[in-house]
Amino acid sequence: MQDLQLPPIDYGAVAPMLILFGVACVGVFFEAVLPRSARRSTQLVLALLGLVAAFVVIVVESDTRILTAGGAVAIDGPTLFLQGAIILLGLMALLLVGDRSLEAGGAFVAQAAITVGSDADRRQASRSQGATEIYPLAVFAIAGMLLFVAANDLLTMFVALEVFSLPLYLLCALARRRRLLSQEAALKYFLLGAYASAFFLFGVALVYGFAGSVQFGSIHDAVRESTQSTVLLYGGIALIAIGLLFKAAAAPFHVWTPDVYQGAPTPITGLMAACTKVAAFGALLRVLYVAFDGAAWDYTPVLGAIAVLTMLVGAVLAVTQTDIKRLLAYSSIANAGYLLVGVLALSKDGLSSTMFYLVAYGFTVIAAFAVVTLVRDADGEATHLSRWAGLGRRSPLFAGVFTFILLAFAGIPLTSGFIAKFAVFGAALDSGEAWLVIFGVITSMLLAFPYLRVVVMMWLSEPGESTPTVSIPGGLTAAALMIGVVATLVLGVAPAPLLDLTANAAEFVR
Amino acid sequence: MHETVEYAAADGFLSTVWLLVAIPLASAAILLLLGKRADKWGHWLGVGSIAVSFVLGLTYFFQLRGLDNRAVELKLFDYIEVGSFKVDFGLLFDPLSAVFVLLITGVGFLIHLYAVGYMEHDPGRRKFFGYFNLFAAAMLLLVLGNNFVMLYFGWEGVGLASYLLIAFWYDRPSAATAGKKAFLMNRVGDAGFAIAIFLMFQQLGTANYADVFNGVGSLSSGLVLMMGLLLLLGATGKSGQFPLQAWLPDAMEGPTPVSALIHAATMVTAGVYLIARSNPIFTANETLQTVVVSVGALTLLIGCVIGCAKDDIKRVLAWSTVSQIGYMFLGVGLGGGAYALAIIHLLAHGFFKAGLFLGAGSVMHGMNDQTDIRRFGGLWRYMKITWATFGLAWLAIIGIPPLSGYFTKEPIIAAAFEREGWTAWLFGMAALLGAAITAFYMTRLFVLTFHGPKRWTEEIDHPHESPPVMTIPLVLLAVGSVAAGWLMSTSVVDWLTPVLGEHEEGHAVMSHGLITALSIVVTVLGAGLAYALFRTGTALQEQPAGPIVMAARRNLYADAFNEAVFEKPGIFLTRALVFLDNRGIDGLVNGLAAAVGGGSGRLRRLQTGFVRSYAMSMLTGALLVVAAFLALQLGWLA
Repeated sequence: MQDLQLPPIDYGAVAPMLILFGVACVGVFFEAVLPRSARRSTQLVLALLGLVAAFVVIVVESDTRILTAGGAVAIDGPTLFLQGAIILLGLMALLLVGDRSLEAGGAFVAQAAITVGSDADRRQASRSQGATEIYPLAVFAIAGMLLFVAANDLLTMFVALEVFSLPLYLLCALARRRRLLSQEAALKYFLLGAYASAFFLFGVALVYGFAGSVQFGSIHDAVRESTQSTVLLYGGIALIAIGLLFKAAAAPFHVWTPDVYQGAPTPITGLMAACTKVAAFGALLRVLYVAFDGAAWDYTPVLGAIAVLTMLVGAVLAVTQTDIKRLLAYSSIANAGYLLVGVLALSKDGLSSTMFYLVAYGFTVIAAFAVVTLVRDADGEATHLSRWAGLGRRSPLFAGVFTFILLAFAGIPLTSGFIAKFAVFGAALDSGEAWLVIFGVITSMLLAFPYLRVVVMMWLSEPGESTPTVSIPGGLTAAALMIGVVATLVLGVAPAPLLDLTANAAEFVR
Repeated sequence: MHETVEYAAADGFLSTVWLLVAIPLASAAILLLLGKRADKWGHWLGVGSIAVSFVLGLTYFFQLRGLDNRAVELKLFDYIEVGSFKVDFGLLFDPLSAVFVLLITGVGFLIHLYAVGYMEHDPGRRKFFGYFNLFAAAMLLLVLGNNFVMLYFGWEGVGLASYLLIAFWYDRPSAATAGKKAFLMNRVGDAGFAIAIFLMFQQLGTANYADVFNGVGSLSSGLVLMMGLLLLLGATGKSGQFPLQAWLPDAMEGPTPVSALIHAATMVTAGVYLIARSNPIFTANETLQTVVVSVGALTLLIGCVIGCAKDDIKRVLAWSTVSQIGYMFLGVGLGGGAYALAIIHLLAHGFFKAGLFLGAGSVMHGMNDQTDIRRFGGLWRYMKITWATFGLAWLAIIGIPPLSGYFTKEPIIAAAFEREGWTAWLFGMAALLGAAITAFYMTRLFVLTFHGPKRWTEEIDHPHESPPVMTIPLVLLAVGSVAAGWLMSTSVVDWLTPVLGEHEEGHAVMSHGLITALSIVVTVLGAGLAYALFRTGTALQEQPAGPIVMAARRNLYADAFNEAVFEKPGIFLTRALVFLDNRGIDGLVNGLAAAVGGGSGRLRRLQTGFVRSYAMSMLTGALLVVAAFLALQLGWLA
């Protein structure tokens, strides 16, 4: 029997992932042994410390450019940048998750399996305890995302996809309020996610059939040299892209997004809108830029059509939304379209501007969902837009903050949204994708309308009987909101340092 | 060809030129952030910040006059640097931006002062001044930027402020609708402008004025045409020119000082500034100039024809703004020295139109916010200052010598006659006709408001003159309307020469003296006719009228046109997408599947609820994507 050679692993380079997986496992252990009263604070502190530690390691390792674990994991500029982004955004989302000042016990229910509306459920709703498993689950999801953007072969990528998706499905179902909606959302997300994973896996099989390998480097060589039928290759690219575009919420694979964003507990919606977006586009960038760049000529028109459709669907449907979470969901879809425009520039500028966009959008969108958690009445969050009318009179500070966030989404100058759009459109133009930019500019003008409609509603309508007040946020939510708003402003006024950082990081190893 | 454009670096006192933008911006921030605590003194802070900006602007202006190279650039910091793109956060202070700074801060100061009185009883006065300062800061940024991206910042900023200010009286549904309309039509223009900037980046790798203007010569004429048309689209949106003119009159729903500052004196002239600033692009292509001239001529006629049919004092003035900006577009389109003529008309217009709007506000103030000119009459006895200042502004706008409008409008008419061939007659006669109609409808407005029998509604027994804080700005603006014309037609034209080129008198199809005489004659005729018709008052109700008047009352059917061409298809597209998103794909797939075979029927029974339809739409998408990939592939093989 042949000896199995274990590939050497650079533990320093993969340490951030190891730390987070370790922290998540310890979290599960604590869940079993700690008394209930001590769990929440321990878990929260543990998770936050784990994220900070992982971030520090990434900063220390920031010059690493290697393939490790037998070529399954690539630690290079884009990996480190995107991992850092996921950790920072995950940290913000975790602050929202951990907040218990807005609702006794937090936004999560302790035992989601109890039948909604039963006596046992009413008893637990009135008790002030909430789930604490959410912390290890969230850390598992974040760790999976880190692996997802680092994966350098299709199977590792698939495993990472499942590792970060499964905890998210669970987290979606744990809302304390409107739990039926939350469970429905989770089930939809799970079923459709499994469906999309199947596409991805089938694509992996086809590409393996074509290239005889799942490693990106070998696929890259095969695309140039192989004499195999390219039908396998293109079928494979298409199916893999579909799997990734599902996570990225691009049309026509966006259908789950509004329902899931609306149904999931708002902190988790924030986590999905920011971190999942980063992870999905990180993986898409690596697949397209590293493995399939030789076939760029053939996939650009198709993905370009998807980008246009995504921008149109997101922008046009956002106009008719009446629920703030659904509105933000469609805005997230449209933003996936703009990100695709950046991806399809297929150049170093395209890579760096897409990374910038991901960070800029992530900060803003978490801040937006943080505000959504604050606007509430006795039944929980008041998400119907009619309830937001006149909010500017009741709570000018938060209405002002939200106005600023919406202006950033609309891409008004001196916010990060403007620079981000400017950068991706510029990169796409430079690569000769003018048609994508024209659609991008037109749809972003269109999309500004629903945002400003909310602004006008908040400031220029008389508050009605049903206008809820804005709760004063606890320290955790306030911190997340503050980070998001400050980042949006700073990246809008002085974007140069981050642009430099993305430009320096924009080089894949193969 | 254009000589190389070069700007010197700003030093000394001129390197603080950013204060012009920063001061109103800081004041706006204080007013909006402090909240109710600033209610008592907030409006004076707002007025003061503009006054300081004006004084600073004057000082900079005199500094600039003392320099040899009268264009200084101030680079504040690198704003964006992505790959080959580089955008500076930089300012440019040259003769063109200097006159705009003086107009914005000077007229702006008077209007701010007036608004202290006008908004006295409005509980939102502090917020109003906050928005007003925000507008001034954005407008100053617009004219002071040293590249098109900075111009775009200001452009978006003034749009936002204008939107907020139009909708300021949110409790009036018409104000909210007007705000929306202004916003949407501006977006159309903005999209054109944004694409033009991207085009510059793609072709020239920069958006700096100097580099773009020096690089225009290397572009193909088709590209220059496209760039210019896109810029023009932006300009027509912001300046209420054909085909995007419909929003401007509706914007009058906002408070009157807003109409005066934003929708008469400054923001709406941003389009003229854009074209004058980009004059090397527009001069480089003759077709482009003809398009601009045509837009100007058409709009000036549309504006004054509709102006004749309106009975709301602010709407008449609004359409006259549309028409006067049409003259400015005509001027910038004519090119050469006419650029400077358009700018001096813009400055003169800033004074007399602000005077007219504030005068209208003063009338409304005294008449219980009545705006219908059929219910005025005989007011000269009761508000003498308003009457006198409004009268001077009226004489200025119709172009009676020696008031400012005569010195600025008449040269544009003359310049239109200097074009080559039959177009000289076309555009010259359009401009002349416009002058006659302008005299007619403005005289109608003046006579019906201030003279003739009283036709007031019952509840008004004694109209009163406005307080001094409102009348003093009126007087100062009237002084400007009287004196500024002659001053400007000489010295300002020379001052602007380095930016806009030499003004030389060309060969007109008729002698200059004859054109002058003609334009005065048609003006007097138009005014005389209006006086004869309306000196005895007018009917209190709308009378049945012929097709032309009906069309003019309906804004020449522009609204109906917009509704049919933009609104309906937009609504349809949205509905169709919503339908597709909810059910359509599912239905489509089911239909397809049923046609293909019974397989999907069995599959369908296994699934229930919406997830099924979502999965179906994903499957359809997936099939399309795979099919597209393979089709491309097969096409490549064949």
